[in-house]
Amino acid sequence: MCTYLTEKIAISGSAKGAAGWFRVTDGTVYFDHPVHASYGHTLNIDFLAPQQGPSARVAVELGAESARALMKAIEAVLESAPPGLE
Amino acid sequence: MSDAIIAESIMISGHGGDTIEAYSARPLEPGKQVGGVVVIHHMPGYDAGTKEIARRFAVHGYNAVLPNLYWREAPGASPDDAAAAARAVGGVPDERLVGDVAGAAAFLRGLSTSNGKVGVIGYCSGGRQSFLAAVSLPLEAAVDCYGAFVVGDPPAGMPLKVGPIVDKTPDLSCPLLGLFGAEDKYPSPSEVAELESALKAAGKTYEFHSYEGAGHAFFSVNRPAYRPEAAVDGWQKIFTFFGKYLA
Repeated sequence: MCTYLTEKIAISGSAKGAAGWFRVTDGTVYFDHPVHASYGHTLNIDFLAPQQGPSARVAVELGAESARALMKAIEAVLESAPPGLE
Repeated sequence: MSDAIIAESIMISGHGGDTIEAYSARPLEPGKQVGGVVVIHHMPGYDAGTKEIARRFAVHGYNAVLPNLYWREAPGASPDDAAAAARAVGGVPDERLVGDVAGAAAFLRGLSTSNGKVGVIGYCSGGRQSFLAAVSLPLEAAVDCYGAFVVGDPPAGMPLKVGPIVDKTPDLSCPLLGLFGAEDKYPSPSEVAELESALKAAGKTYEFHSYEGAGHAFFSVNRPAYRPEAAVDGWQKIFTFFGKYLA
């Protein structure tokens, strides 16, 4: 189904899209129909810079299991990063 | 008379008099006056698959037009970028959808090969929007393919501005064909039954089919949800239905 549920957060960083690197300010996370991945539903993440228009977007679609594994990997890396680097 | 069709991007007048992009697909020399079909795209957007659907209607002898419901949010963007942009601002407001379908219907009725009759078809979020158009505008036929939230409250925290519209059933202006997957949860079989009760109570002409072994999005040829048997039968039902009411 189209779940419609969307988490929106402000983020700070950069993403590399089709036209190269750009600064991103917004992230959306939703579990819904993918465009490309071969699943009924995927965990979708959009890295966005709305001020630069809708095409300033890097999109990822992951199966639920992969999304959970990614979350764990992100946490593990941040936990193990030497203190004082942030 | 020939079987040639023309399919092309055009601009039409939509809600509020806005000029929006649309995809037109129609027979070049049908040899008679033909019905029109407004194709409402699914939430993933004004994409290649939906344009193929518009062309399918043209091949079957209908003037079809597919308005780009996300044109205002993301003119010229790729379909998935446009869908993401529209999603981020809460989706297509109901009033705007009705205005855009009204503009598309006027475009179809204005074609020299039009017989004056217009139907509407939508898939997924477009299924709900097809029902919404049919309770808001004078149309000759409407098809709802697995539209969720025609009945029932949406989940808490849902950012999109969609709510149930079953209370508008008495305003349905035309016969309704509903095609659903029996394994779908949105809409669930009980929600489909609720809509059917409302149609019966309002004395409306309708035809519902629920396909066993099929869930949501069973017409989508590029997804694991595709169910060839249900889709082939569903298409046959669509053309029989439009053949009856748009001829």
